[in-house]
Amino acid sequence: MKNKEPIILIVVIFFSLVTYYLVEPFAHGVMHKHVDSENFQYADLPALTKSGNVANGEELIINAGCTGCHSMEKAGMPAPMDAVTAAQSYGVNPPDLSEVGALYDDKFLADLIKNPAHALKVEHKFDASKGEMHPMVPFYGMGGDIDQEVADMVAYLKNLAVSPSDVTPAMAFENACGRCHAVEYENWTQIGTKPSFKHEKDSLAFDIQVLEYEDSLKKYMGKLPPDLSSYIRSRSEDFLITFIENPQNHLAGTAMPRVGVTADTAEKVLEYMRDAGDTKRHERESIGKVVMIYIVIFAIFAFLWKKQVWRDLH
Amino acid sequence: MENNSRRGFMGKAFGAVAAVGAVGSLVAMKKTWDPLPSVKAAGFTTLDMTVYQEGVMVTEKWRGKPIFVLKKSAEVMENEKGNPAAEARNIKIGDDNFMVAIGLCTHLGCIPAFRPAENDFLCACHGGMFDASGLVTKVPPPRGFDIPPFKIDGTNLILGEVGPEWQSMKDNGVTL
Amino acid sequence: MAHFTKATSVKDWLNQRLAIETVEKVMMSEYWIPKNINFLWAMGMVLVVTFVLLLVSGIFLLMYYVPTVDEAFYSVNYTIMREVDFGWLWRHIHGVAASVVFLVIYIHMFTGIYYGSYKKGREMIWISGMLLFVAFSAEAFSGYMLPWGQMSYWAGMVITNLFSGGSLHADALVEWIRGDYVPAQAFLGRFFMLHVLLIPLAIVGLIGLHFAALRIPHVNNQDGEEIDFNAESKKYLDGDKAGSKVMRFANDFMSKDMMVVGIFLIFLFYLVFWNYSFALDPVNFDPADGLKTPEHIYPEWYFLWSYEILRPFNIDLGLVLFGFAQVIFVFLPFLDRSPNTCPANRRGTMFKVWFWLMLSNMIVLTAMGKLPPEGIFSTIGLVAAIVFVVQWIALPFITSREKKV
Repeated sequence: MKNKEPIILIVVIFFSLVTYYLVEPFAHGVMHKHVDSENFQYADLPALTKSGNVANGEELIINAGCTGCHSMEKAGMPAPMDAVTAAQSYGVNPPDLSEVGALYDDKFLADLIKNPAHALKVEHKFDASKGEMHPMVPFYGMGGDIDQEVADMVAYLKNLAVSPSDVTPAMAFENACGRCHAVEYENWTQIGTKPSFKHEKDSLAFDIQVLEYEDSLKKYMGKLPPDLSSYIRSRSEDFLITFIENPQNHLAGTAMPRVGVTADTAEKVLEYMRDAGDTKRHERESIGKVVMIYIVIFAIFAFLWKKQVWRDLH
Repeated sequence: MENNSRRGFMGKAFGAVAAVGAVGSLVAMKKTWDPLPSVKAAGFTTLDMTVYQEGVMVTEKWRGKPIFVLKKSAEVMENEKGNPAAEARNIKIGDDNFMVAIGLCTHLGCIPAFRPAENDFLCACHGGMFDASGLVTKVPPPRGFDIPPFKIDGTNLILGEVGPEWQSMKDNGVTL
Repeated sequence: MAHFTKATSVKDWLNQRLAIETVEKVMMSEYWIPKNINFLWAMGMVLVVTFVLLLVSGIFLLMYYVPTVDEAFYSVNYTIMREVDFGWLWRHIHGVAASVVFLVIYIHMFTGIYYGSYKKGREMIWISGMLLFVAFSAEAFSGYMLPWGQMSYWAGMVITNLFSGGSLHADALVEWIRGDYVPAQAFLGRFFMLHVLLIPLAIVGLIGLHFAALRIPHVNNQDGEEIDFNAESKKYLDGDKAGSKVMRFANDFMSKDMMVVGIFLIFLFYLVFWNYSFALDPVNFDPADGLKTPEHIYPEWYFLWSYEILRPFNIDLGLVLFGFAQVIFVFLPFLDRSPNTCPANRRGTMFKVWFWLMLSNMIVLTAMGKLPPEGIFSTIGLVAAIVFVVQWIALPFITSREKKV
């Protein structure tokens, strides 16, 4: 009798794959808006035309009053106030400027200094014409060519920061995301990593600080930004990348600002999130290979056994 | 013969007694699945309606759902005049007028935000809008905010109990 | 008391007390299987292996899972996924196998329909199999609640709402099932119990019934041929292995079972390690939040076809048709009036079309059940749902007119 098994197998595989295609790639393609990555080009922002002078930049940063709100630990300038008080004043704790030159795009930094709400894409929330000012005061220039001055400041920040290749995932995440988003699984709160306390009283005191910070944040953002512990599993990487690049593309009107990270920094942020929510991925890869090799051997032996047993049956 | 039928009868009688026991234990099992007294007690929320200020929207919680409570000013009441849909939703307690509603967008259940300046609600998910009486002013929501079952008890509002005011709202199709 | 003699070996000792040789014959070596069957007959063994994988992985998950609304999500996503050695592996196996088991069940079911394996004395095999399908569905649903993510919560909300009976507004029944007004601690606690104890017990019992139902009518074969098992097995035992129409279950057919299992496991473990999102829905990696509805709520893929039968109609008609779809498969042996027990393709055009349309239509329903109910998708869904119902109503009429082949 003719062996029909190959054709039966083809029928089974065909119907299974059609079902899979329809409920997975196809349905998710329909349900989720597709946003193309802009490759972190920030094409809407003007290019830097001037080359900056580091020494002038340093002077400008101090004179322009940046350090009135921002710390710059690396240059020996501590934060003027603690995170909780800062959040009460500004809504969110302003970032330390030590490494920003390595983390963020140059064009973005320059635009941010001149017009924060524009660079951050939150002009729907902070409309200067209605008197709604972004808590970060724009830099109006020190009397010279403002573009030159801004270029100098950016040059100084880049000079101060580590080389982009030395940026760690934690550095990237904490500066760009971690002042609004907690990551419970990494013990990260918006005011820093929670230390282990000896006394429960101290631990609770720290928690209260976090809650107070979160209260300010809630007022500033409209709602508490979510904990990102398992976002690497709950969102696709493509979604995360394009969302970080420009949140407005996915969620028009959202209070989350465009943070202006470089492509490298975004990848580091993702690496941090993978460590938090998909910690065992390397093990999964390596164990997976071993298991597959074993299962193939198992199947071969089963096949050989079957052949031997069935030799007598025909 | 007689013996046999007697044995048959006793067998059936035993079966009946066993069945009574089984049904009895089923009652106990059913009751074990009932909501606990503490859960039921939490199912009724009493709101003291004297504490609210005009134009300030307060979110209360009832059965795990957000409840919007908004005391309406005379000005708002003036606006509502001649709008039967809005008047039908009004909850009058003493001399005060309230909007009390389940604070979930009737589209897909997001929680709309109150905008004090405009005195209305805007849902961030799909842009639905509701006015101060809870009626839809901009789609997609299919209907105004649902009104939780309530009973007026003096100056208190008991959520979860069905009073005559709510019953008539339900009968007239004002709320689900 | 029976007479016992001094045992000559451990086997003899056991044999005197447990009759293991008889058991071995009945269950294995003289459990006769027709030779004219194909790899689709190995799906039963594939299901047994998958069930064992689910059981074993479940046991290890159970040791660390905490069934409280405050800790369930953390215990799954932090403790099991990050802390417990190989916890992630058990969870991935459990999640993926729970999804794949339904693919195999559907293949197994449609194999039965195609070859007419529910007819002529095999009705109880079919009925016990459909009861197993119901038990597996309940097991899958209750398990889906346990990680207490967004999909757990909202699927729990939507599915328990079905019991309100539409216009009947049986809210008290819904609250009784939940033990609360919304899914909360009481709800999680009872579904945890159902998932780890009551339903698995029922499944094990039903598997026993399913196997027992096979023993007397024997498994069907791919030609629907009536085989004289006594004569054929005698032929086999007399040494004419090649001439007999039957073979032993063990080792003859079991060696083929294992070959199919081997190939199946390659596929399963590929999914476990590299393509698991279809079974471990990303939305469920957000913790449950009763104040925030996910943008799209959909059941797991294996429930989609019946969910889609619910959706296009108004709530009452939808519920009635949904109930119809849930139970109608059980009655297949009695709705099929045909005298034939043979493959669908040889039973004449009418049934041949019925079979392939049923299969394709259920895939269409499955796809539409996941897509948002808008525009063309809801129209296709409505048509497919009507076709499904009409097909079942038509079944007794078209099969009773079938000629004997």
